[in-house]
Amino acid sequence: MSLTELTIADAAAGLRKRAFSAMELVRAHTDAIEALNPRLNAYITPTSDAALEAAAHADAALARDEAKPLTGIPLGIKDLFCTTGVRTTAASNILKNFVPPYESTVTANLLRDGAVFVGKTNLDEFAMGSANITSAFGPVENPWKRKGEADTVLVPGGSSGGSAAAVAAGLAMGATGTDTGGSIRQPAAYCGIVGLKPTYGRCSRFGTIAYASSLDQAGPMARSVRDCAIMLQSMAGFDPRDSTSVDRDVPDYSAAIGRSLKGLKVGIPREYRAEGLSAEIGAAWQQGIEWLRAAGCEIVDVSLPHTKYGLATYYIVAPAECSSNLARYDGLRFGERVEGQTLDAMYEATRRAGFGPEVRRRIMMGTYVLSAGYYDAYYLKAQKVRTLIRRDFTECFQKVDVLLTPTAPTPAFAQGEQSDDPVQMYLNDIFTVPASMAGMPAMSVPVGLGATGLPLGLQLIGRPFDEETLLAAGSALESAAGFTHRPAIRAEGAK
Amino acid sequence: MSYTIEGKTGTWEIVVGLEVHAQIISHSKLFSGASASYGGEPNTHVSLVDAGFPGMLPVLNRECVAQAVRTGLGLRARINLESRFDRKNYFYADLPTGYQISQFTHPIVGEGTVEIELADGTVRHIGITRLHIEQDAGKSMHDQDPARSFIDLNRAGVALMEIVSEPDIRNPEEAGAYLRKLRQILRYLGTCDGNMEEGSMRADVNVSVRKAGEPFRTRCEIKNVNSIRYVMHAIEVEAARQVEVWEDGGEVDQETRLFDPARNETRSLRSKEDAHDYRYFPDPDLLPLVVEQEWVDELERALPELPDDKRDRFIRQYGIPRYDASVLVAEQAIADYYEEVAKGRDARLAANWVTGDLFGALNRTGRTIQDSPISAQALGGMLDLMADKTINGKIAKEVFEDMLETGDSAADIVERKGLKQVTDTGAIDAAVADVLARNADKVEEYRGGKDRLFGFFVGQVMKAMAGKANPAIVNEALKKVL
Repeated sequence: MSLTELTIADAAAGLRKRAFSAMELVRAHTDAIEALNPRLNAYITPTSDAALEAAAHADAALARDEAKPLTGIPLGIKDLFCTTGVRTTAASNILKNFVPPYESTVTANLLRDGAVFVGKTNLDEFAMGSANITSAFGPVENPWKRKGEADTVLVPGGSSGGSAAAVAAGLAMGATGTDTGGSIRQPAAYCGIVGLKPTYGRCSRFGTIAYASSLDQAGPMARSVRDCAIMLQSMAGFDPRDSTSVDRDVPDYSAAIGRSLKGLKVGIPREYRAEGLSAEIGAAWQQGIEWLRAAGCEIVDVSLPHTKYGLATYYIVAPAECSSNLARYDGLRFGERVEGQTLDAMYEATRRAGFGPEVRRRIMMGTYVLSAGYYDAYYLKAQKVRTLIRRDFTECFQKVDVLLTPTAPTPAFAQGEQSDDPVQMYLNDIFTVPASMAGMPAMSVPVGLGATGLPLGLQLIGRPFDEETLLAAGSALESAAGFTHRPAIRAEGAK
Repeated sequence: MSYTIEGKTGTWEIVVGLEVHAQIISHSKLFSGASASYGGEPNTHVSLVDAGFPGMLPVLNRECVAQAVRTGLGLRARINLESRFDRKNYFYADLPTGYQISQFTHPIVGEGTVEIELADGTVRHIGITRLHIEQDAGKSMHDQDPARSFIDLNRAGVALMEIVSEPDIRNPEEAGAYLRKLRQILRYLGTCDGNMEEGSMRADVNVSVRKAGEPFRTRCEIKNVNSIRYVMHAIEVEAARQVEVWEDGGEVDQETRLFDPARNETRSLRSKEDAHDYRYFPDPDLLPLVVEQEWVDELERALPELPDDKRDRFIRQYGIPRYDASVLVAEQAIADYYEEVAKGRDARLAANWVTGDLFGALNRTGRTIQDSPISAQALGGMLDLMADKTINGKIAKEVFEDMLETGDSAADIVERKGLKQVTDTGAIDAAVADVLARNADKVEEYRGGKDRLFGFFVGQVMKAMAGKANPAIVNEALKKVL
């Protein structure tokens, strides 16, 4: 099997058996990036030279039998995580030349465990988008193709579209993502990979460029549930530099893989049978229910009555926080500056040139909902509804252990198909947003292909800090589905 | 004491509330590990958090919270066990993140009270509305270059307490007394150095005027006044301005004004229409601030004795007048000095010497109690010599001046100058006899009923004995002979 098709678990084993070297493994990926990235645009900044250097160190460590869990494993890093000495752009013009002198906690944890970074992956600008079309560095192409439509460019989902496309196409064995309203799960579903958004507070936000602080959460994206467990093991943990990170032991996530599901209660929220849910995804959902039932789960109909307010609430809370979080990009201390005759003129010119239309739209929405006279009607009300959404989940989890829903209402769509209507675009997140608002962990697992040959994902939502049940149920879905399909564009055989 | 403004249309009363920004004494800033010390080359006390770099997050400094709680306790205020941090959003070059982290809706300290004492002895209680914790901004420097402004972020992120009073203040004197008292409490607690010149304490002054019995009228806020004297002046001129506006048939606009001490006037900075919309909302990077009652109790037990308590104790314990006690507790160091002098000695006499001769000497020499040329032990040593009658009060003055100059001990000076008081009755009797013989005429007058002359005889005897005679024995001897 090609080195770019291996899972992280298999690659780690292969490295230890000396079946191949870290240099060979990493080079296979940097070669793939060289070959395919000009087309896919999954990476904003490939870091091949540094990766090969790191691979040499990994081989030395392997030779000394000092390998750590991720030694020699090539990973893509969403370009929202600050990386020391490596340009970190947030896919925005305003940071197009920003080189941080510090490392995010999540990437530092991965480096500590031996990971090799092959590059910084593309994303929607400041993680705002659901199709990876708002990047200042151009859109990402989904490596999957609709049956018989080789020329139609599909979106990879967003905002972690570059990470999803890179992992799907074999340009990385795994990648970091961040999820604010679905930014890990929805692109994972669109690209046929596994994506896990941990509980809010599980991974540190230190050094990750903020979009909406009360929602942002880093998580792994990989080609198997086990690989997500391996990556999360390294990424998670308390960080005193993030006051919202939670001081709680990190369990052995891999131990949850393949765990018996006998007696596990799986809730099926009726509100997710929403309008606009495509028939093929409805069918996949039903199939998922049957698989879990066959694995010994008890299926329970449940209700999350405030689901319908999730998206509207999200589009108040997230822009509000973003309008404040992005105020620091003022051209004064770092990032791009456009000079002006006065301070205000400089701000205006800098931010107009630095931010794309979607970011500007959300800053304006956020500024509006926090303004005097509108605060109570929008922001305050949204916070109240958010409490109700959280309560829905809390009450549900008194009856069931995990929820199963679709990840997105449709499979990947084509570039240009939805982009003219922002509200239509926002609807892609309708199933992922509620768990984000509630801070619950959630994971998307590919379960099959739809009528047009595109991957379909199902979402598992768990109790706070019970990522293990997600991994256990996710691995059951994964093995039942036997999802081995690969995208049309991929590293293997690309040369 | 009533203070009013006589206008054309009648008598006006002033209403004042103060918002005091007090820099918290702490090693590091409110949300970062950078040094909070004053001074330093520009931009040398700045962490990536303070500079608002991407991905940086605030982490609350527990010591700053403890300082705020201590201050709340010192203001006899309610401590809110749960409070919250909010973002106050506005763009300015010295505000790196584009928002100031403050406490808007849920401050850490609620209602309290400060007791003030006025020159005529009146005691008033000024209500405290709240105290909250917030970050300071950086400093914009517009005078370094003709075309550009420079920014120093050393101060950015330093912890401040904003202490808001009720509109209970009715005149400039009360405002001054309130600020001095507040500063005294902060210094006792060690929570703020109260240094207004360095900007570690500054006041926003809210002023309005009204006719007696009216509800409050529109107020103006005078921003960032940096001395107690200026606060008092600002209130005076702003109140006069407002009376004029109302009496001329105008409206006082709610606005922010600046006090210009050079011209002794206030000027409009921005009106309500241009007021910022700060878009306050809870800071999602910080959890609600929860403090345990046990911790508050622990801090309370460790509080130093506060000025009011100390003053009352001095009155009780040392039997000194309230005025003296107030003067002695003005600063912790003075109170400590006094207590050391008074310990085991005549406490009233000690108070007189400290508030009289010592303060006079410090004033003259431009020194503070901390670098007093006469230590508390040395002054106590001198009082001991008075107590055991080695020297009398008159000689003590001479000894004190010598101590001030030479730093020698009172005992050494007495020895060196031979100032030991004469208690030998033989020598005194001889001097008395000599004085009476030389002033036979005055003796006649005295015996004829001119009692006042007794003092003259005492003076003559003392003079003859170079001031060293024990005055009680001289009195005794004179009475006997006369």
